[in-house]
Parts: sequence; C-alpha cells; structure tokens
Amino acid sequence: MWLNQFLLLAAVLFAIGVYGVITRRNGVMVLMSIEMILNAVNINLVAFGAFNGTPVGSVFALFVIAVAAAEVGIGLAIVLLIYRNKRSIDFDEVDLLKG
Amino acid sequence: MTQLFAQAGSGDLMVAQNIFWWIFAAITVIAAIRVVTTENIVHSALNLVIVLAGVAVQFIFLGSEFAAVTQVLVYIGAIVVLFLFGIMLTRGSLGEETLAQSERRGMGALVALMLFGVMAVSLIDGFEDVTLGEDTRNLIEVETWEREGTDAGDAFLTRGSDTAAIGDTIFEQYIVPFEAISVLLLAALIGAIVIARKE
Repeated sequence: MWLNQFLLLAAVLFAIGVYGVITRRNGVMVLMSIEMILNAVNINLVAFGAFNGTPVGSVFALFVIAVAAAEVGIGLAIVLLIYRNKRSIDFDEVDLLKG
Repeated sequence: MTQLFAQAGSGDLMVAQNIFWWIFAAITVIAAIRVVTTENIVHSALNLVIVLAGVAVQFIFLGSEFAAVTQVLVYIGAIVVLFLFGIMLTRGSLGEETLAQSERRGMGALVALMLFGVMAVSLIDGFEDVTLGEDTRNLIEVETWEREGTDAGDAFLTRGSDTAAIGDTIFEQYIVPFEAISVLLLAALIGAIVIARKE
C-alpha cells in the first residue's frame, strides 16, 4: 500500500472539516467539524509512524485524542453557557466581543 | 488462522487489503460529507460515528491496534455521547438547522477545495512512489532469557503487537508529556464544571 493513500484520505477529511467549520452555524456542529479535522491529523501521525516503523506516531495520536477530549468538554460547556444566556447557539448571532 | 493467511499467499492478501481499503475510505468520505451537509443535527452526529469508526479502521490498516481501540472507546464511546448530550441540552437546535446562505456555502467550498488542492499537489509531489512495508507492525525487541538453552540477555527483533511498544514509549521517552496531558485533562474537566455550573 502506498503511504499517499492514507495521506490523501486525511487531506480529504481535513478539507471537509474546514468546509463544515466555515458553513455550519450551529455551535455543536462547528465542534463536530473540528473533531473531524483532528482525526485527519491523527491518520497522518499514525501513517508516518507506520512508515518509519516506530510507535511514536501512535503515541502522539493518543496525545491528540486526549487533548481533543479536553477540548470537547470545554467547548460544549461554552456552547451551553451561550445557549443559557442567549437562548440560541447560532454562532452568527454571537457578537459579544464586537467593538 | 495464521495458516489460512499463509496459504492465501502475500500477493492475494495485499490485493484483498487494497480492495477493503478503498471500500472503507469511500464509506468514510461519504459519511464525512453527510456530517457537514445534512440539516438534521442528530443525523450529523450519527454520521460522525461512521467517520470515527472509519478512522479506526485506517489505524488497523496501519498496524496500530491500540490507537484503533482507543479511538473507538474515547471517540465513539465518550465524545459522541457528549455531543448528543450537548444537542439535547441546547434543545432549540434539536432537529432542523437553517443552513448557511448559498453565498457562504460557495465560499466555504472554494476554501476547502483550494486547501485540498494545495495539500494534494504537495503530497503527490513529495511522496509519489513511497510505499508502506507489507507488514506495518512495529519491530519490537524480545528478550529470550526465559527460554532454556539461550544465553541470558539474548535479544532479537520480531514483528509484534504495537501495544507493548506504545506502552514502553509513553512511559519511558514521553513520560513528561503524558503527565502534562493528565494535568491538562483535570484542568479542562474542572474548567468545564465551573463554566457550565448554574450561578
């Protein structure tokens, strides 16, 4: 199998995730798209680890998974707080930091 | 099972592996597109499960079982459930979501396509004929001092499960990042509780 198979699949997933972050307005959907981007990066890490014959790629993928879990926890807490204050999680309507 | 694989011959095995790779890659990409395009958010979350399982399958193809099992446990088991709770608690979003205007969708598609184009060109340019070994499992050092008739401390390299290798690497070389990440997780959990708590 070619290394490029895995790298190109990861690139496709990354691009789809970026499209989701740009177009979706729901806060939970934006977080889901970010998860897809992180997964694409994980495929790259494990693929290069397998290519070089070391377990270091998988180790870094595990670290990324742990950080992603923390990120989802904080992100959903923020989305809940926005919903409680504004009764909506449409990110187009969140403009509290606008000058 | 091992004999079965040996009889099939490595050439046939590689062909079968390639066919299944393309099937699973197609499923993953289609589910990923559905995640970002369906209007129903619960359906998006369920399609996300397929994408995450597809990524776990890629880890298996790459010979990294431990990462695949962790992917299933942490992502499908925990993070997707967290997403579903988030969808339920922000009840206004349950069901249909009004999608962005077509102008913004066009811009998003343009950005994503250009990004993919840049990555694809550089990947094809940089790794054109690079192949993965037939056996992607890691080389691990096995000491044979337990066996009779061999010298103490005698070691040889063999292809083995990468779980042992990952454990050795995390707890020897990367013990400091590991501890730092455990503190980060604790801080994130406390932070999430503080943020989401009612006054």
